[in-house]
Amino acid sequence: MLGRNEEAMERQVKGRVWLNKLMMAVFFTATMIGLIFLGLLIYRVLTQGIGYLSWDYITSFPAPYPEEAGIWAGLIGSIMLMVIIAVFAVTIGVCTAIYLEEYAPNNKLTEFIRINIQNLAGVPSIVFGLLGLTFFVYMFGIGYRLLAGGLTMALLVLPVIVVAAQESIRSVPNELREASLGMGASKWQTIARIILPAALPGMLTGTIIALSRAIGETAPLIIVGAATAIYTLPDSLLSKYTVMPIQIYNWTGRPQEEWQHVAAAGIVVLLIVLLMMNAIAVGIRNKFQKRL
Amino acid sequence: MDKLLRSEGTEFNVQQLIEEKKQKKGIAKRLEKVIPVFLFLCASVSVLTTVGILFTLLRESIGFFSEVNIFQFYTSTNWSPWTGEFGVAPLIGGTLLITLIATLVAVPLGLMAAIFLSEYASDRVRRIIKPVLEILAGIPTVVYGFFALTFVTPILQSFIPDLGIFNALSAGLVVGVMIIPMVASLSEDAMNSVPNSLREGAYGLGATRLEVVMKVVLPAALSGIVASIVLAISRAIGETMIVTIAAGATPNLTLDPTQSIQSMTAFIVQAATGDTTFGSTIYYSLYAVGITLFVFTLLMNLLSQYISRKFREEY
Repeated sequence: MLGRNEEAMERQVKGRVWLNKLMMAVFFTATMIGLIFLGLLIYRVLTQGIGYLSWDYITSFPAPYPEEAGIWAGLIGSIMLMVIIAVFAVTIGVCTAIYLEEYAPNNKLTEFIRINIQNLAGVPSIVFGLLGLTFFVYMFGIGYRLLAGGLTMALLVLPVIVVAAQESIRSVPNELREASLGMGASKWQTIARIILPAALPGMLTGTIIALSRAIGETAPLIIVGAATAIYTLPDSLLSKYTVMPIQIYNWTGRPQEEWQHVAAAGIVVLLIVLLMMNAIAVGIRNKFQKRL
Repeated sequence: MDKLLRSEGTEFNVQQLIEEKKQKKGIAKRLEKVIPVFLFLCASVSVLTTVGILFTLLRESIGFFSEVNIFQFYTSTNWSPWTGEFGVAPLIGGTLLITLIATLVAVPLGLMAAIFLSEYASDRVRRIIKPVLEILAGIPTVVYGFFALTFVTPILQSFIPDLGIFNALSAGLVVGVMIIPMVASLSEDAMNSVPNSLREGAYGLGATRLEVVMKVVLPAALSGIVASIVLAISRAIGETMIVTIAAGATPNLTLDPTQSIQSMTAFIVQAATGDTTFGSTIYYSLYAVGITLFVFTLLMNLLSQYISRKFREEY
């Protein structure tokens, strides 16, 4: 009697252990599917695009023939757009974060601003495009120009920068604040000379991550009128402009097979720029991580 | 020392210094009062953005609904704006079809990845896999669109022969892959915050790792997991470029994923790149579709926040 029970129990335990091992394999496979997809994507883009990627491709304007087309206008446009976004979004974003973390009273208005920023982060980017179209393109009369695109994108990435800046301000230990105030520094002196320098690496990392999101965005820029074909570089805030994702989108939509390779080459350039930005962000993080 | 202090010049200098110091203090004091005001103005930009979005969408939609019956807009099933037929159902249907396919891909894969990373993987493995998985979320959506159109669709066509070049299936699958990291990352955070004492209690009773996951960790982290799923669904609803590139531009009220469809976002892109003149009915229809999309995603975001706040487990 006892023996049979023990046998059944042993079988049951073995079954449970076996099931555990089986599910572990399933979980591992599921994790790998995402990674395999990523690998396939990169492999595919590289094999398609590498043949068309050359110095000529990087420094050429769009052209009616695939062999002559290049991404120069998009590359420079993307970089200029990023400068505008950085200036506006970082200034406003960091100031918002300082206000919320250091000055804001604990009341309904502050709570409302916090919830509002959270919700803004969940608004689809194309809705920001409609916002930019109404306000910047038509109401302020900027038109389909670089500045309108930059301002639209600055509002889009603002929540990301605010949240990153808030977190890095919060991670500055309170002892530093108390020491500074205790030595007679005023509140603003403490913020400007103690807290901001200490929070700078975190803010920089957050900013670069936000910018790398902005550089890949296509939809809002289509709405606020980034051009698809442009043969001059933007020379002022009110120039016409294009960006890399728009060029890629434009090439993707063409029926001839060759344009797919041109688009893939553009994607390689875009991914290289993204990779470089992320490398900088990781570099900053690693360099400053130990100090606090 | 004595000599220096008694000499006239020095005495004068000290007083001047005191004066200067007082003046500086005055400026500094004013600065202390001005700066918070300036910072508050910066903080109000985000509120103004929301107000601006609501104002834009509402004003232009009202313009649209003065020309098109709002009841017809939401009940008619025919969307062909260039011939004056405005029934938004096919666009909503297209959006939901894409979202459904994406959810079916992202929720199981994302959850299983989260379970693996949080409960099975060693620290070293997690430190490698998690950031690599998050790269998926950082890839521009136009790249995903290109990949769906030129790689995923041809592969699907090899075993679904009557699949069109533009179809909801390919777009939905790729949107799903795009939001995997969102489900995985946020769910993993939720599982990580389940205290180890709960796990150890279950292990002490002889539970296997799988039983701990299913009976302890998942129930304890449920609110965080559900919130992450809702948030990912919201992202799929608002996704634009993948759908625009890979799913085509055929407003189609169908549940058949092999068909070409058009989502709300894809219509906005199509109309904005076409010859839509400012002030025309189609121009205004952009905003009517926009506000519908906005309401969908806003509800999802509020739901996600509500779930994670309301059902948060306290230990």
